[in-house]
Order: sequence, then C-alpha cells, then structure tokens
Amino acid sequence: MIDVDHLCLQQGDFRLDDLSLHVPKGKYALLMGTTGCGKTTVLEAIAGLRTFASGRIQLNEHDATYLSPAERNIGYVPQDGALFQTMTVRDNLGFALSIRGQPAAAIKERVEQLAEWLHIARLLERRAVGLSGGETQRIALGRALANHPPVLLMDEPLSSLDEETRDRMIELLKELPRREKVTVLHVTHSRHEADQLGDFIFRLRDGRVEVIKADGIASQNITELRS
Amino acid sequence: MKPRLPADWVFYLCLSILGGSYVVLIVAMIAADLFFTTPDHLLDALNKPQIRYAIKLSLISCTITTILSLWVGVPMGYLLARTNFWGKTSIDTVLDIPIVLPPLVIGLSLLILFQTWPGQFFEKNIFGVTFQIPSVILAQFSVSAAFAVRTMRVTFEQISPRTEQVAMTLGCTRAQAFWRVALPAARRGLLTAATLSWARALGEFGPILIFSGATHMRTEVLSTTVWLEFSIGNLEAGIAVSLLMIAAAVVVLILTRTLGLRGTGLV
Repeated sequence: MIDVDHLCLQQGDFRLDDLSLHVPKGKYALLMGTTGCGKTTVLEAIAGLRTFASGRIQLNEHDATYLSPAERNIGYVPQDGALFQTMTVRDNLGFALSIRGQPAAAIKERVEQLAEWLHIARLLERRAVGLSGGETQRIALGRALANHPPVLLMDEPLSSLDEETRDRMIELLKELPRREKVTVLHVTHSRHEADQLGDFIFRLRDGRVEVIKADGIASQNITELRS
Repeated sequence: MKPRLPADWVFYLCLSILGGSYVVLIVAMIAADLFFTTPDHLLDALNKPQIRYAIKLSLISCTITTILSLWVGVPMGYLLARTNFWGKTSIDTVLDIPIVLPPLVIGLSLLILFQTWPGQFFEKNIFGVTFQIPSVILAQFSVSAAFAVRTMRVTFEQISPRTEQVAMTLGCTRAQAFWRVALPAARRGLLTAATLSWARALGEFGPILIFSGATHMRTEVLSTTVWLEFSIGNLEAGIAVSLLMIAAAVVVLILTRTLGLRGTGLV
C-alpha cells in the first residue's frame, strides 16, 4: 500500500501543494504527467530521497514519513537504471540481500530465480557495462525486487526502449503484482503504458493529482486524456 | 567515410604543429640529459651512499605523502562534490592556495608555523619536525594533498549520485553507499590522484630546502641531491640523479595507468 497525504514540497521555483494519492496493496498504479510537472520529485519523496515541507507518507501500513530510504523497504528503479558498473550483474541483483547479510546460498537462489524470470541468466557473470537499454532495465528491476520489497517505485523505466523491447517489458511488468506480491507506482508520460498496465492511473497537473482510473474503472477524465 | 577536404588537413596540421612543439620540447630535454650522461656517471652516482640514502628517503617519503594526500583528498573531494555547506566557496579557495603559492613561500610558512607556540609545543612534546625527516613529508604533503583534493573532487562530480541513492533504497546507509558504490566507481580517479601526488612529492624542492634543509644522510631527497651536486659543480652526478627521477616518474605513470585501465576492457 502507498498512501501519500497532503504532501507539500518546494524546490527552487518548483512547488507541489497538498498532493495526495492512494494505491491499495498489490495494485499497479501509474502516475502520468507532462515533462517537468514533478512526477519524479513525488517518486523521490516517497523513496525518501527528497525532503518535503509537510505531509505524510505511509508505505505498507507503516508511517514512513521520517524513515531513511534504507528503512522504507522499497524497490526503486530509476530512469537510467543506475546499475553498479564496478560489479557483475550477479552482484547487482544480490546487492540488497548481501547488504543485509543474507547467506550466500539464499542470495544465489534468489538471484538465479530473478535472472530466469527476467531472461538475464546469460549475463550474470558479466560486468554491468555496455548492456542494452532493455537488459539494463531488467537488471535494475531484478535488483529492486531481490529483497521482496512490498512497494516498488519505477521512474519511466520504459522511456528509452525501442517498441519491441518495451512490449516485452510490459508483459513482464504485468506479472509483477501477482508474482512478487508488490504494490507498484510507475511514473510515465506514455498513455500506452498506462492503458496496458494500470489498475490505477493518476495524472499530475498544475501541482494536483487527478484520478483517471481507479481499480480498473475509468473515471470521466479518461475520455479527456485520450482526446 | 567521406574523404577530408584539404582545408581540414591544414587545420589538423596547424593543431599538430602548435601542440606537438610542446611534446618535442619534453622529448628534447630528456634526450639532452641522456646524451650528456654516460652509464659510468649513473653507476658513480648510485655508488655514493648519500645518493642511495636520498633515493631511499625519496621513495619512502613520497609513498607516505601519497597515502596521507589520499587520506584527506578522498573525504574533502567527496564533501565538495556532493554537499553544499556554508563557507564552501572559501574552503575551495583555501584549497587552491598551495597550488598557486610559490613553493618557497610554503616552506617559509611551514618554518614559521613551527616557530609559533602550538608548533613548538608539538615539537617538544610529540616529535621533532623542523629540519628532520617528518618535515620532508609535511613539505611534500602540503602541496601534494591539494592536487589529490582537486582530482578526487572532479572524480566524484563525474560519478552520478543516482547510484548511491539506489544503494540507499536497497538498504545501505550513506556511509555504506560511499564504501560499496561511490569509492569503487572512483578507483581510476584514486589512481590518478595517487600518481599526481606521488609525482608532485618527488619533484618537490623549494619547501623542502627551506623547511628541512639539505643535509646529507638526513633530509636529502633526490630533488635536493640534484641541487647539492649542481652547487658544487658536479653536473654529471646532478644529471644522473635527474635521469633516475625521470625513470621513476615514467615507471609510476606506466604502472598506474595500466593498473587503472585493468578491468575496463581497454588493456
């Protein structure tokens, strides 16, 4: 569950006032909006990477407002993947588990399970450099999911992919809530991604969140969005 | 590929002549040293106990200086690259002072520092510095550390903070993200900073002459040997020691560049 209540933040001239959104447990939500409207800022605030003036953030029914990013127990996939290039793909995938001191056998099992699902098993022993956009995003997704976080935050994970790779990624992402039992908030500006993936669709406009689709039911606004 | 127009060749030729003239100057200086000296001069120099002592002290002091320079260069470079704090611009300016100050002024300033009561207290109660071996290391460190800070700052600025942020969402504290993600990513910058510090320390002369003196078998390093030999008219020995310094610098440059590129697929 992701619950953002009355979030206010300001960065330079950019300002968000009284922003609220709610994603129930196990649902896939998309946050849409034009470039520069503050989608990434909201996602970073939920991840604990950005301070805000007021408001409350609850993740998985726990107040996370004042928790550090590490304490929030989330998965985060940034737009560029931000892989750890000095490590192998295997070490990238197992990072969240190794930092928590999990036994090597458990790390190996989880990494190989994720690698098989994400079709990256052949890359495991390779250093995380010179990978294609699709490979990078699948590794970043696997790394974020390794520790079974109840909440997954993704910042435009498909924006740099070609159409065919994006369609394959969308098929993987559709399985996410059921397979990993995770609540997802996915930032995008693509109507296609929203239509394909979202149980919930929110649109951020002029510092306010509009609900476009809630639990599969389109509000009247979806017509406006499509037009 | 489309053939280049003749105008392009003229342009590249002009660049090559202007830039290449500096390369020619460096090679000509080293060649002149090589032609001036003979293997006998080198052997004679190496057989002198004071020169062997200077080589040993130079190698040890430069290595200690490099470690100390990285010890302060990494944290300060990281702070300057990643954080904003009150007085940052002033600190940034202070860190440039050792780079722009005449070396003799640095030596003189160190000498005066150890004449003040805190300096005197340190020398009386902890260990002696002025005109002793620690003064050599401190004189080298005073300049080398500034280069290490500059290099590490640029290195961390070029590494996206995004990977550290991701590491923190994966369970790291900021310190763990630094050790496990930022520092390994900065390894080439670390090697460059180490090389620059070591080479700068090896060539340091002015501050050492003022702050440490140039006493045989005590505070004599290779740079002071060249000056001591030259001042008594023994140009052959001075050139031989200069060639040893050139060889040491070239070896360090080759080693660090090779090690720095290992694992990147470029070597």
